[in-house]
Amino acid sequence: MININAADCNYRELNHQILAADGNCAITGSLGQRFIAAGLTAGNISITGTPGNALGAYLNGAEITVYGNAQDAVGDTMNEGKIVIHGNIGDAAGYAMRGGKIFVRGNAGYRAGIHMKEYRGKCPVMVIGGKCGSFLGEYQAGGVIIVLGLTADDREIVSNFPCTGMHGGIMFLRSDCKNIRFPAGVTATPATAEDLAGIDRYLAEYCDAFRLDKSKILDSPFTKIVPDSRNPYKQMYVAN
Amino acid sequence: MKLEGQVRIPSGCAIAAVISKESARMNGEKIIESMRPMHDRSNGLGGGFAAYGIYPEYKEQYALHIFYNDHNCRAECEKFLKDSFEIVRAENIMTRKIPEITDEPLIWRYFVSPFASVLASMQIDEKEYVVRIVTKINTEMRGCYVFSSGKNMGAFKAVGFPEDVGRFYRLDEYEAYAWTAHGRYPTNTPGWWGGAHPFALLDYSIVHNGEISSYDANRRFIEMFRYKCTLQTDTEVITYIADYLLRRQGLSLEETAAVIAAPFWNTIQQKDEAEQQRLTYLRTVFSSLLITGPFSIILGFEGGLMALNDRLKLRSMVVGEKDDKVFIASEEAAIRAMEPNVENIYAPAGGEAVIVRVKEGKF
Repeated sequence: MININAADCNYRELNHQILAADGNCAITGSLGQRFIAAGLTAGNISITGTPGNALGAYLNGAEITVYGNAQDAVGDTMNEGKIVIHGNIGDAAGYAMRGGKIFVRGNAGYRAGIHMKEYRGKCPVMVIGGKCGSFLGEYQAGGVIIVLGLTADDREIVSNFPCTGMHGGIMFLRSDCKNIRFPAGVTATPATAEDLAGIDRYLAEYCDAFRLDKSKILDSPFTKIVPDSRNPYKQMYVAN
Repeated sequence: MKLEGQVRIPSGCAIAAVISKESARMNGEKIIESMRPMHDRSNGLGGGFAAYGIYPEYKEQYALHIFYNDHNCRAECEKFLKDSFEIVRAENIMTRKIPEITDEPLIWRYFVSPFASVLASMQIDEKEYVVRIVTKINTEMRGCYVFSSGKNMGAFKAVGFPEDVGRFYRLDEYEAYAWTAHGRYPTNTPGWWGGAHPFALLDYSIVHNGEISSYDANRRFIEMFRYKCTLQTDTEVITYIADYLLRRQGLSLEETAAVIAAPFWNTIQQKDEAEQQRLTYLRTVFSSLLITGPFSIILGFEGGLMALNDRLKLRSMVVGEKDDKVFIASEEAAIRAMEPNVENIYAPAGGEAVIVRVKEGKF
C-alpha cells in the first residue's frame, strides 16, 4: 500500500498520485481536496482528514473508505464501486448515482440520494446509519435508500419534505414515521418481513463494514416508502 | 470597461468566520488559513475580511475605510468629510506590495465623530447621520467609495484571492475578537474592489455565498427607506436589510432571521399557536424582505456573529467549536484549517440562525 500525504497538495496533484498508485493507496492529512478518486475504475483507497466536495464523483468501481467526515456531493453520479464513510456526510450525497454503494456511519445532510436512479442492471444503494436532513430522496428515480437513525439524539430520523418528487426506487426508514409527513405521491407502509428480507444483504454488508449487530438493528419497526406509480412519466416524452 | 452596477454578477463563493466568546484577540493569520482549502470556490476576482475589536484606541469614533480613484477624488471627499465630521485621525491603510494584488486604488482610513450640534439640528441620531453621509458619498461622489463605516471594526477587501487579500492588508497585524472572510466567484464581471465582500454599513457586515432570486423585490422595498443599491449585487441589499430590520425596526436577530429566511407556510402550520402567530406576523409585515434563492451568509455585528442559510439550504454551511471559540465555514476543511481539533461539528438546518455573542461586557 502506498502512502500519500495530502497536506498542501492540490486536488489535481493528489489525483495524479492516486492514478500512479493504480488506485491502491492510503491518503493521510486530506484537507478539502475536491474530486478525490473521481471516475476511478479499480483500487482501494483509505483516507484520513477531511476530503473535499465531490469525493468519488463518477466513481466507476474503486472502493473508498474515509475515517472521518466527508463534505458535500459524495459519490456524485457514481456508476459502480463503494464509498464507506465512518463519520458524517454533507449535503447531496449520492447525487444522481446510478450504481454502487454508499455506506455512512453517521448523519447525512440535506438532499441525500437526490435523483438516484437505476440503469439497466445497476441498482445504487445508500445506507445512512444516523439521521438525515430535509429533502431525503428528492426526485428519487430508482435505487435503494435505507436510513437507520442509530444516533442518540431526539431528532426525527429525517427532517422536512422527504421523498419530494420521488417517482421510482424504494426507501426504508428505521422508524414508525408517526411524525413524518410524506408527500401525496408516495405510499408509506410498515415494512413486512418479506420487505426486510429484500434488503438483508445490504444491511449485512453495512453491519460488516462498521462492526454492528444486525439483529439489534432489525429489532425495531421499519417503514417502507415507494412512489404510487413505478413510472408516472412513461411515454410523456418518448415512446418507451 | 463596465464597472459593477452596470453588469449583473452571479457568484459562487466561500465564507468563513471565527469568534471568541471570551473576546480573546486573534490576529488574521488563522482566518486567512481557512480560505486556503476553499481556494477553488473563488476565482481571484474578489476577497475580503471583516474584523471586530481592532481599533480599541478609537472605539468611540466611526472608522471610515474609503477607496479613491485618485487624489482629486480624495481632496474633494476630504473636504466633504471635514464639513460633516470631526476627523480625529486620517491615514493611509497600510498595505504590503505583493505581485498577486495589483491596480489598487488609494485606500484611506478616517476616525470620525459627528458634530453634536448638527445631530441636534437635524433631529437624528448619530448612526442615522453616518448612514446618510456614507450613502451620499457612495451615490454622488464619483471615484469615492466608503466600504466600511462601523465603530471598532473594519472591512478589508480587494480584487484577488482572499489569501492574497489578507496578506496585502497585513491582517496578521490586526487583533480582533471576531473575523469573517469571503472568497468571491463572480462569473461575468470585470470585478471591482468595492464589489468584493464583506459589504458593511455601520458595524453590520455581510459575507455571502449564493445568489438570491428575490434581489429586485428586496431592492424595490429597501430603496423606499433611503437605501440606494448601487452595485446590483445581492449582498449589498442583504446588508441594507439587516440594517433596516435590526437598527431601524429594532427586531432581534432571531426575528430578522425569521423574516429573511421565513419558514414555509406549511412548516409554520405545524408550530404551536403562539409561534404560528409570531411567524405569520413577521412574514406578513415584512413580506418583501423574504430572501429566496440560495444563500449562506454570516452577519457580523458589534459583539457577535449570526450565520444563516436559506430555508431550502441550497448552500453548505458547517459550524464547530473549540474552547471559547466558534467556527463557521462553507466547508468543514476550512474550519479544520483554523482548528484541527475542532469539536461538535454540525450543519445547521436551512433557516436555522446560529447566533454567537461575546460574553456581556467583554468586547
